[in-house]
Amino acid sequence: MKSILFLSGKGGTGKTSLAGAFAVLAKDKVLSDCDVDAANLHLLLDPEVHAEGDYEGSSAAIKDDERCTACGLCRDVCRFSAIGDTLHIDANLCEGCGACEYVCPVDAIRLVPRVSGHWMTGETRLGPLASAELEPGEETSGKLVMHVKQKAQGLAEAYGLERTIIDGAPGIGCPVIASATGVDAVILVTEPSLSGLHDLERILGVVEHFGIPAFLVVNKADLSADLTEKARAFAAEKNLPLLGEIPFDPAMTEAMVEGRSIVEGGTGPACDAIQAIFARFEQATSGASAPT
Amino acid sequence: MRITVASGKGGTGKTTVAVNLALSLSDRQPISFVDCDVEEPNAHIFLNPKIVDRQPVEKLLPRVDAQLCTRCGACSKACQFGAIAVLGETVLVYDELCHGCGLCSMVCPEDAIREIPHELGVVESGTARGFSFAQGILNVGEAMATPIIHQLKRRIDTSGTVILDAPPGTGCPTIAAVSGSDLALLVTEPTPFGLHDLKAAVGVARALEVPAAVVINRDGIGDDRVEQYCHAEEIPILLKIPFDRAIASQYAVGEPIVDGNPSWRQRFRELYGQIEEVRR
Repeated sequence: MKSILFLSGKGGTGKTSLAGAFAVLAKDKVLSDCDVDAANLHLLLDPEVHAEGDYEGSSAAIKDDERCTACGLCRDVCRFSAIGDTLHIDANLCEGCGACEYVCPVDAIRLVPRVSGHWMTGETRLGPLASAELEPGEETSGKLVMHVKQKAQGLAEAYGLERTIIDGAPGIGCPVIASATGVDAVILVTEPSLSGLHDLERILGVVEHFGIPAFLVVNKADLSADLTEKARAFAAEKNLPLLGEIPFDPAMTEAMVEGRSIVEGGTGPACDAIQAIFARFEQATSGASAPT
Repeated sequence: MRITVASGKGGTGKTTVAVNLALSLSDRQPISFVDCDVEEPNAHIFLNPKIVDRQPVEKLLPRVDAQLCTRCGACSKACQFGAIAVLGETVLVYDELCHGCGLCSMVCPEDAIREIPHELGVVESGTARGFSFAQGILNVGEAMATPIIHQLKRRIDTSGTVILDAPPGTGCPTIAAVSGSDLALLVTEPTPFGLHDLKAAVGVARALEVPAAVVINRDGIGDDRVEQYCHAEEIPILLKIPFDRAIASQYAVGEPIVDGNPSWRQRFRELYGQIEEVRR
């Protein structure tokens, strides 16, 4: 398996903690944080930044009020309600499509690039990392995710590494779909709650929609025996291989507070469970990856 | 008053706070509950709403008439999203990249592009536990959540106190939910991830000029850096919910904390009182 993406639908199920643990256990890999809305992997990895920059993924319309004759054509064509009756352009609603610029008869509107985030690449104790953070209040997280994936690809080539471990975003929308495009496997992390299972079903729908092989991990499995049983039944019904169950363990949070992965020098039930999950994943996918 | 319950990090307890706040107030004032987390709407699990109205949310996708098209490429040149491309003798439309702005059909000199509606999801409304309830649901496989949130917000019953459950993150769906609110109630957990993402969420609230206040969930795990940050930034912490297996078990089975628990009901009422204070 060359690229492994962690997704969950519901947030806070443990994607980043598990991705961080896989980063410790897997050999010869690039790490990539595609949760650009709330990038956290670097908090465990403490990268030494080698390159960074602004990402201009979109445009915004700006209007020259001196030229504007208040004809209102821009307001009429805008489908994002970004131009109201005062003909002021609301930057938060503007998607940068340029329709207003096109229709303006006096050339009072132009599109200007906007910085939508910052990317970085660097080195960590566990391998090279590509990551990005969305500028608060900006759009185009999907495009920024694609940009991070390109940077990770560049690192893989530069370091001659085959594998990429990718931390994904919660939800099922734009950044998730952007992160899932072209990956070899998805590990879905759920928790035994009705919300967790509801969201698992939706994210599995997305992963199936794109035809990506998927695996399941149930985190905090002992918080509800009934719902963990439901997760098992769901996995069996959907032919979704269950890699294992992780018990609730305060050692997970302790490791996070110390800025390390639980499998780095950790002990205890969660640490053991994650090591078994990694071994099972390797075993399940060993036939699938081409020998080198 | 419009209160939006938001967070940078997912799974911090937004839905828990929004649902329990609504339930604690609903016997004293009219409440309108809106689940804006259209990618993964969960409030219905706790509120069992009775849905009486369901409307599709659509975007318009371009379709090119190959007979009229001269492959001039004007559409592709105009599109800011890379959603339409001329490849040899065919014009390809990438539906998932299209924002439905209509510019390609405007610029086409041959009038060869017409637009067809495509369903992104639905908005639903009804009642739950005696108050007004609305939610949006993004169809599985669709990327664009914001049009659904905008549609949902246009239909909000504003006669009472509006409580919005926002999607996690700091991107366009979160902005769509938080903008226009009187207060962003940011739910976090006292961990390094929680703190990092709280800072991003505060950044969103500030960019939108919406006042922010904090609820710390799972208090007792992690460390005290979230509190230090809030004090330094003068962001009020209005409630702490301890980490408690009993609360986690209730959450797991879709049971609101305040049900059968008057002391929690009282605490959520006090939370509302403090929100009113912050607004003053």
